[in-house]
Amino acid sequence: MLKINNLKVSVGDQQILNGLDLKVNPGEVHAIMGPNGSGKSTLANVLAGRDNYTVTEGSVQYLGKDLLEMAPEVRSREGLFMAFQYPVEIPGVSNIYLLKSALNAKRKHQGLDELDAVDFLSLVKEKLDLVQMDRSFLNRPVNEGFSGGEKKRNEILQMAVLEPKLSILDETDSGLDIDALQIVTQGINTLKSETRSIILVTHYQRILDYITPDFVHVLADGKIVKSGDRSLAYEVDEKGYGWIKN
Amino acid sequence: MESQEHLDSIVDREYQHGFVTEIESDTIPPGLNEDTIRAISAKKNEPEFMLEWRLKAYRNWLKMIEPKWSNVKYPPIDLQEITYYSAPKTAGDAPKSLDEVDPLLLDTYNRLGIPLEEQKMLAGIAVDAVFDSVSVATTFKEKLSEYGVIFCSFSEAVKNHPDLVKKYLGTVVPYGDNYFAGLNSAVFSDGSFVYVPKGVRCPMELSSYFRINSSKTGQFERTLIIAEEGSYVSYLEGCTAPMRDENQLHAAVVELIAMDNAEIKYSTIQNWYPGDKNGKGGIYNFVTKRGKAAGKNSKISWTQVETGSAITWKYPSVILKGDNSIGEFYSVALTANHQQADTGTKMIHLGRNTKSTIISKGISAGKGQNTYRGLVRIGNKAEGARNYSQCDSLLMGDRCGAHTFPYIEVKNNNAKVEHEASTSRIGEDQLFFCKQRGLSEEEAISLIVNGFCKEIFNVLPMEFAVEAQKLLDISLEDSVG
Repeated sequence: MLKINNLKVSVGDQQILNGLDLKVNPGEVHAIMGPNGSGKSTLANVLAGRDNYTVTEGSVQYLGKDLLEMAPEVRSREGLFMAFQYPVEIPGVSNIYLLKSALNAKRKHQGLDELDAVDFLSLVKEKLDLVQMDRSFLNRPVNEGFSGGEKKRNEILQMAVLEPKLSILDETDSGLDIDALQIVTQGINTLKSETRSIILVTHYQRILDYITPDFVHVLADGKIVKSGDRSLAYEVDEKGYGWIKN
Repeated sequence: MESQEHLDSIVDREYQHGFVTEIESDTIPPGLNEDTIRAISAKKNEPEFMLEWRLKAYRNWLKMIEPKWSNVKYPPIDLQEITYYSAPKTAGDAPKSLDEVDPLLLDTYNRLGIPLEEQKMLAGIAVDAVFDSVSVATTFKEKLSEYGVIFCSFSEAVKNHPDLVKKYLGTVVPYGDNYFAGLNSAVFSDGSFVYVPKGVRCPMELSSYFRINSSKTGQFERTLIIAEEGSYVSYLEGCTAPMRDENQLHAAVVELIAMDNAEIKYSTIQNWYPGDKNGKGGIYNFVTKRGKAAGKNSKISWTQVETGSAITWKYPSVILKGDNSIGEFYSVALTANHQQADTGTKMIHLGRNTKSTIISKGISAGKGQNTYRGLVRIGNKAEGARNYSQCDSLLMGDRCGAHTFPYIEVKNNNAKVEHEASTSRIGEDQLFFCKQRGLSEEEAISLIVNGFCKEIFNVLPMEFAVEAQKLLDISLEDSVG
């Protein structure tokens, strides 16, 4: 699915990722943990194709293709999804309009017919249940006036509609109370499958109580310094990141 | 910055109505003096009262000076170089039946997407087509007359309904109102006239389509709409012009009068040639539009989508004279490249319990400068008057500007005036978010801009809303390479 090889990335003059290696197979859930400034969000952003990040060395293969050569919208249409840490607001644009545009952009890319309003509505209704949102949500402007929890649920709703192959969840647990965390993680769990992979970027192990990772990696100074199974997350939680750095 | 160039390429739109119709014109020589005015009046076989009014306006105008307070910059306009009357020769002195209209003109309007043959038109819209200085055709006149609705060119109204013209002309925008209105009063050549009798709900949308074709010609049209007691009319206007290197002047006057319980809804899609991307050419659009909500419970509503013109100077206003009368102003103004817009509204509250709403959306891109200028005045007798104003600006890139100048004068303690303003930039974050969801940059910008304008598009008549969205989207076509 995804193969990152010796990835070095800088922002301006500052090098953030320092030769990162990571391999994700279909169906796997990888958690990337690390202290603030370790490069977690940089990794997520580079994979999604955000401007202002310069790849100075290394390669990223996604489904056998060179990911770094693809425009961000092409990455999306090819099944790469990023759930944002801080979802943006788009005033005046209804949720349903955004969802429909996004899904149809993907379907067009795949050579499929675009869905009409009726078919789309029945599809989206199913997905709403996953994140326990009611239909009124669809007509509200994207994220405008949404609570923190609603914004994160909305990200997962978009994920559910787009059915990505690889999802990168950037601090999806941040700012969520326990109820919202449950709803969001339940939604994510339903979307797990043998063909879909997830990269969970997180500061705390709390979310891993709800989504069981196959692998846990600890990032420090732009590199993966330790990998292990779920127990590594508990260890980090107990001893702090300082323990690994030393 | 790379994204700046990218934004530039996106807003660097092709103007789609820039063609010229090769048609022989009957033109009077350039220059402005009393002879010019007499010549225009003679061409139109006007009654004496009309010429007298024009001359009074002209003599008064000579004492006026061009206003300099607006936030737009342009070189001096030489009014002696402009042609004040130019009409297709074949148009004769008045449009007759459609069979007699020059096929070249019909073709011009077809190319603009305005077929004048009634059977081809959208069934619910009657059109008055104004080409340079004259109205060349008015459709559905007979059907409208069954309801007693008069919809014709201004020239015809002067001839066929002189009493109405005499009674109302200049009552909302007097010829001494301002420099450009004064000029228009002296030299106006044509425009539309609408009269809706008591109790009649006009059965179709009325519209005028203004086209400037000849070079070095100014267009000075005048529109007068009278809605008698308990009547309703919705009127739309659209405007385009060929691409030319010189600037052309358009100075129009629109007067609306609504009696007791009457409602006038006036919508504009202004897409005059904006000039090229270096700021060369384009229309100078200096327009005075004003409505008088004269009767009690009357309502006047202005909706405008302004995407064209090199310079726009325009403040569609409402005088809220009748008790409980309502004034509304909904506006989208887009300035790209070197375009400048100074636009807004005036809401003059005179009657009791009068209400006004102002929603203004300014979009600036390239080096465009967008100014909202608005006045809310509450007179001392306007007990219980209320106003709500909202001015939002959206910036694309970092070389454009948005400016807001709200003026508020309240002389009654019972009045309630609210003003909200916001400025935002199409953020990298929003664009990236949309792209991450699979949308191209064009699609993303279109989505964000249309979202920003939604409140305005919602109040446009349906056909116009679609056209307005398309117009904004044209800027987004063929742009991402």
